[in-house]
Amino acid sequence: MSTQDSYVTDDGRTIGPTVMEMKNITLRFGGVKAITDISFDIREGEIRAIIGPNGAGKSSMLNVISGFYVPQEGEVWYKGAKRPPMRPYQVAQQGIARTFQNIALFEGMTVLDNVMTGRIRQMTTGLLGQAIWKGKAEREETENREAVERIIDFLEIQAIRKTPVGRLPYGLKKRVELARALAAEPSILLLDEPMAGMNVEEKEDMSRFILDMNDEFGTTIALIEHDMGVVMDLSDRVVVMDYGKKIGDGTPTEVRNNQAVIDAYLGVAHD
Amino acid sequence: MAQSSQAAGGLASIPALLQRNATLFADKDAYREKEFGIWQRWTWADTEKEIEALALGLINLGVAEGDFVAVIGRNRPYFYWSMVAAQSVGAVPVPVYNDSAADEMEYILGHCGAKYAIVEDQEQVDKIIDIQDSLHQFEHMIYIDPRGLRKYDHHALHEFSHIQNQGRAAYDEWITDLNERRAKLTYDSTCVMLYTSGTTGKPKGVVLSNRNVIESAKNSSEFDNLGAGEEILAYLPMAWVGDFIFSIGQAYWTGFCVNCPESPDTMMTDLREIGPTYYFAPPRVFETQLTSVMIRMEDASPMKRRMFKHFMAHAKKVGGDILDGKPVGGMDKLKYKLGEFLVYGPLKDTLGFGRVRVGYTAGEAIGPEIFEFYRSLGINLKQLYGQTEATVFITAQPDGEVRADTVGVPSPDVEIKIADNGEIFYRSPGTFVEYYNNPESTASTKDAEGWVATGDAGFFEEDSGHLRIIDRAKDVGKMADGSMFAPKYVENKLKFYPDILEAVLFGNGKDRCVAFINIDLTAVGNWAERNNIAYASYQELAGHPKVLDSIREHVETVNKSVAADPMLAGCQIHRFLVLHKELDADDGEMTRTRKVRRVIVADKFKDLIDALYSGASEVSTVTEVTYEDGRKGSISATLELRDAAVVSTAAKVAAE
Repeated sequence: MSTQDSYVTDDGRTIGPTVMEMKNITLRFGGVKAITDISFDIREGEIRAIIGPNGAGKSSMLNVISGFYVPQEGEVWYKGAKRPPMRPYQVAQQGIARTFQNIALFEGMTVLDNVMTGRIRQMTTGLLGQAIWKGKAEREETENREAVERIIDFLEIQAIRKTPVGRLPYGLKKRVELARALAAEPSILLLDEPMAGMNVEEKEDMSRFILDMNDEFGTTIALIEHDMGVVMDLSDRVVVMDYGKKIGDGTPTEVRNNQAVIDAYLGVAHD
Repeated sequence: MAQSSQAAGGLASIPALLQRNATLFADKDAYREKEFGIWQRWTWADTEKEIEALALGLINLGVAEGDFVAVIGRNRPYFYWSMVAAQSVGAVPVPVYNDSAADEMEYILGHCGAKYAIVEDQEQVDKIIDIQDSLHQFEHMIYIDPRGLRKYDHHALHEFSHIQNQGRAAYDEWITDLNERRAKLTYDSTCVMLYTSGTTGKPKGVVLSNRNVIESAKNSSEFDNLGAGEEILAYLPMAWVGDFIFSIGQAYWTGFCVNCPESPDTMMTDLREIGPTYYFAPPRVFETQLTSVMIRMEDASPMKRRMFKHFMAHAKKVGGDILDGKPVGGMDKLKYKLGEFLVYGPLKDTLGFGRVRVGYTAGEAIGPEIFEFYRSLGINLKQLYGQTEATVFITAQPDGEVRADTVGVPSPDVEIKIADNGEIFYRSPGTFVEYYNNPESTASTKDAEGWVATGDAGFFEEDSGHLRIIDRAKDVGKMADGSMFAPKYVENKLKFYPDILEAVLFGNGKDRCVAFINIDLTAVGNWAERNNIAYASYQELAGHPKVLDSIREHVETVNKSVAADPMLAGCQIHRFLVLHKELDADDGEMTRTRKVRRVIVADKFKDLIDALYSGASEVSTVTEVTYEDGRKGSISATLELRDAAVVSTAAKVAAE
């Protein structure tokens, strides 16, 4: 099977051709190599996980994808074109949305307003137009509100629509952050540890939302996660990193049987 | 009783009423549902079209006259349409509690032999797929929310909107059949089948005819002057007879609007936004609301708190009288008006009761203090007494004759008699047809003359003519010394404390009574927070010594009040414990309408009852619990058993 052919998974989802490719990425902070010569691809419609022990360079990798870090070596290919170094907002404009490991919401604003900020890419009226609030600006707001309401319905957060985010418990904040990322209608959604600090029930909910999102909207998802059970259940393919290097790449089953991966997680005797 | 086989004006069925409303109230809202943050609305004319499309789709799918169609979901217009569409094609709708576990659904769907089910979402679809193999007759399932269902095998699974579209496309093919089937419906055709919650044994299918439903709806609407302008919020389980009568019977009879909340969590916000004029809730809902008001007032500023206390005291003094139209002094009236402006009005608005003209509570006894709290605010809250078998109405309180301890006078066209043992019997146009496929139970409940045994014991007050309910007839027992044992009487007194959610009294045939108590997590949790008491779980909070102390105080106060009634003084609680888990319908300890199943609780926690009687100071136990998805687990706990002071009646007599 060529990597460019679409195929249908066992559970009936269609996985398309490569949408993003990382080619020989190396990232240094001074003398420290955070990422060493890593290559992998993300295909359209798939759930792609990046796993690895603490300090393996997973978050750095995600930050390279989202434009926070510019790698010293290597190329990022997005939708068939090489991506020049760009600022994070430019990456966002290209349709890559993300959530953060440490929640980054506007605490004083309501859930609705927070999610609305995710629509910024879809708004074209300027400051003046927004201030005058006639015709286009008003129409745009209505359209965006409708899109946001569908996401609120989808993520089942209707009851907290008008609640300031600062008053919400952690698990719900995570969900609001997901809603905001989803509101941008991203072609790739990056999730940085979406289940960190959650209890089993919240993890189950979040897993269901991730699967449903992928299923309903066909969103391509790249996620970092520590919970191995969750990763193995959710993802189509997994990249395993250790000490900044890629030590495994493949389906959950392949990765699970990979000796290097087992060693990285369980540890090996150093002679 | 002479019964005509046809109703006046040919309005002999719900579909007939729908057609009348579509002409008479064409542009008036019939349904609203909040979705995507906005109230979506359908007029009566829209409703008729939606239901017709669905009915045609059902015929197209192969639904035959007499088939049973299960309807499983929370209150949404689609499910109300489903029931009326099923009636239109001559089928019988069977609403089922949407939180039922799969095996409960299996029993009901198997018992009525449902061939079709109209369900809400993936959760319900999964449940039915699980039990499908044991339901040989089952054919097709229709779902509303397609989320997560795309990949399912769709041979026998259909989306609601697709069925409607198929119905619209097949209009020419099936419209004559639909009209014929609709025309065949009479006053004696089955309108709906509702399964009783089954306090004892398996649920029974109560068959209600069009006569039962329409006559009851008509009488009760006239009793309270309900008109087409009413607004109600439909949030109580659709499988419960009350919701069927309010949201279908009365709504179709009078043409008023049924509003459906966005989700169960947004119920309170939606209630506020709609401001219903006619409202119905079991006592538990009023209790929860009052508890949350009191908790929020504790956190309010001292100024507001003082104002609230001051005016609530005044409302307690005169509010009820003003509502009943009794004479009240001029100054008091003026002060009440000021209170209305400063406290009562805003509070009613916050609770969503700003426009309530008629409010009912039923199902369980309501605490007199809770009842009077709402009435003193000027909310016309009344009590009624009813049953599924009576199509709800047996007695109700007329305006101006409302009291906390009675359930009112017989509803229009209802005859009542009290048997020698105190059991209440009734006969009315609402009296059910039969229990489906269960002639023995039908015969033992309804006699040849149409009198139905309620299973409740009660009496008529001589001066007012109001009915008073004491307890379930079978629960009333005797203590060892022959005095009366009426558990509910004592339990209700306990449950009136906000921090006690549930209480179960034991003592039938024994020399003294003991009790189980469930704390209310919201109230006690808030109290713990304010008093810096840390707890990690329900179990830990329930076992906290300070909690036990305060519960003991409540028990002792109740004992004093019980002792004041010489007939029931034997029911004082000598020992009690606070249970380590909440009694739950999933574990079979309660019915889905949240009534305690006394026998099951007594059996399941026999070790605890024995320990209470043995005089031990603590007991260890392991309890099996069932999770919502049907998995089982167990929790183990060591419970502290407490003694409570009782008022000795013998000593009192001697002293006198």
